[in-house]
Amino acid sequence: MVSSPDTAQSVAAYAKGSHQFSGPTDPAADAHWPHLQSRKGFFTDTSICIGCKACEVACKEWNRNPRDGDLELTGWSYDNTQALGASTWRHVAFIEQDHDRIEAARESGRQLVDLGMPTVRSGEGVSRPADVTPPDTPEFRWLMASDVCKHCTHAGCLDVCPTGALIRTEFGSVVVQDDVCNGCGTCVAGCPFGVIERRSDGTAAPTTRAGERKGEQPEVPKRGVAQKCTLCYDRLVDGEEPACAKTCPTTSIKYGDHADLLVTARDRVQQLHDQGLTEARLYGANELDGVGGTGAMFLLLDEPEVYGLPPDPRVPTADLPVMFRRAGLAAAGMLAAAAVAFLGGGR
Amino acid sequence: MTVSDFDQFRPPEPERRGRRFGKLRRKKRSGRTDGSAEMLMVPDVEFSSYYGHNIVKPPPWGPEIAAYLFLGGVAGGSGLLAYGAQLTGRKLLCRNARIGAMVAIALGSGALIKDLGRPDRFLNMLRTIKVTSPMSLGSWILTLYSGGMGVAAAAEVDRLTGGRLPLGPLRRALTTVEPAGGLAGAVFGAPLAVYTAVLLSDTANPTWNAAHRDLPFVFASSASLAAGGLAMVTTPTRETGPARALAVMGVAGDLMATRYMEGRMDPVAAEPLHQGRPGSLLRWSERLAVAGGLGALLLGRNRVTAAVSGGALLTASACTRFAVLEAGINSAKDPRYTVEPQRRRLEERRAAGITNDSITTAG
Repeated sequence: MVSSPDTAQSVAAYAKGSHQFSGPTDPAADAHWPHLQSRKGFFTDTSICIGCKACEVACKEWNRNPRDGDLELTGWSYDNTQALGASTWRHVAFIEQDHDRIEAARESGRQLVDLGMPTVRSGEGVSRPADVTPPDTPEFRWLMASDVCKHCTHAGCLDVCPTGALIRTEFGSVVVQDDVCNGCGTCVAGCPFGVIERRSDGTAAPTTRAGERKGEQPEVPKRGVAQKCTLCYDRLVDGEEPACAKTCPTTSIKYGDHADLLVTARDRVQQLHDQGLTEARLYGANELDGVGGTGAMFLLLDEPEVYGLPPDPRVPTADLPVMFRRAGLAAAGMLAAAAVAFLGGGR
Repeated sequence: MTVSDFDQFRPPEPERRGRRFGKLRRKKRSGRTDGSAEMLMVPDVEFSSYYGHNIVKPPPWGPEIAAYLFLGGVAGGSGLLAYGAQLTGRKLLCRNARIGAMVAIALGSGALIKDLGRPDRFLNMLRTIKVTSPMSLGSWILTLYSGGMGVAAAAEVDRLTGGRLPLGPLRRALTTVEPAGGLAGAVFGAPLAVYTAVLLSDTANPTWNAAHRDLPFVFASSASLAAGGLAMVTTPTRETGPARALAVMGVAGDLMATRYMEGRMDPVAAEPLHQGRPGSLLRWSERLAVAGGLGALLLGRNRVTAAVSGGALLTASACTRFAVLEAGINSAKDPRYTVEPQRRRLEERRAAGITNDSITTAG
């Protein structure tokens, strides 16, 4: 499926010393793609998600992903999928909240506005005349949010992959070459969002064996290798949009050029703020954050951890220079200790 | 409510839980779970996590990886001891350290390959050289180390068996490159012992990542004391002076580095190191390291006590590695270890006036 520019690509990048560990960058250009596409991504507007899970189904169908889990009911509202994983690349979260939680979410959003971040909008957005009276606070609300791989600007999984199985595509997305991956599992630990997973019997995989659990299921394909959302790379190269975005009935999942989506996302937040819904906030739309911004952005209506998202993710590779320095020092200390042991008159 | 002839076969109705529309019952959490056992029919409205489910995922690494961490350390330290012995003419120490290192690294490599999702593709590890991937660099370190140490150990085995290895004309070549092999074992020995710390820390795992500044020192010390311990077990005391010295320095380093590391970590991220099995393993590691270190220092000239002390040191190192691996895996299973340190650092940055680098923005 994928030609592999990775080896030449990464060696060239490191040789030039131009690969960035952190900070704002165009990931495809950083990976030295010769012919640049505009960066593609998702904007998932959770305020208009109706929790139909069509995205989950379309994703499974298109990517032929096997069943995940044991078909148990979790009791987590309508969520029986639980989390993203090797065979689940879209996951719809359901959260039921009462009056107090809604107020708390609105307040935390208001604080975010008061922080005045980011600086990008400070010019035009503030002066807009708007009705700032909060609407009647509902007694109850049901949050639904379709989660997906973030396709980070600085992807932890991609950085730590030892085989070059994970690559940056020309669209700026991150894709596993399943015929190269040897299932070492480092990417699973490397992802700050807990997205990528090894499809196997490892500690992180729920169901793998055919026919051993409730109900029968066909043989699991691509067993033992890391798997995650590909942003439907196979559809993108044909000029199609990803299956989940195509199927989303409310346009909660929007696909397009990253730059355009960013504008859409900011306008939508402003619109909601103008309605007094200060709980609305963007997640992943800041290129100065710990992962350099994400390819898949979200509009959330509460703190990220409520949706199972990390509040301050940081790509581990950002600290790699420090780690190498410390490891070098430790290795030197070990050498020195050995030298002292032999020279220091040990008999 | 329908009435039918089959009603008599209905199971009794479960007791209604007082839920009225618009008003959710609040339940107090009885205890923290890892999420998989969480079966609340009425969601706990006071969570700040998603039904207690983990955020980052634990890597699919079992005891094989912990065993490799230990064996790689033993091999790395033994590479240094073997080269020192080679230079200072301690023939027995040189032989035993080389063969011990080779056995350790062979077992360790086997454990690594066994833990792969696709063991048949283990050679893909050498498909590229990636500076950002500690596992890629480590695979090369491991390969170069094994190559050098393999040559040196083969020469030792050949001598040990009285030249019975079917080497033919290669025997002379082996004797020629043997010192170079020993040198390679020393050059790549320390990196072999230390890179695994970077490999663990260069992840989003809360505990391992929080230890990223000091874990290399813990691993280097642990490897030193383990290699010294192995030499004390295998080699007569007249040649193990340097090994005992290395072990004692390793124990001192291990005790200091572990405390320093835990002190510098986020207190919540450090918690898994103190709880459950990893906690007791670390406590045992400390006790055994102290005992073995004292044994090496005071009773190291007696063959029996030296061997017992060496065994204690090896066990101490193994305990450290199993504890660190398992603590990290545990820390990934509870969202608390991901959320709390991250929220804290975010708040700290905001308090310091840095408000432009949050992933959550108001627009």
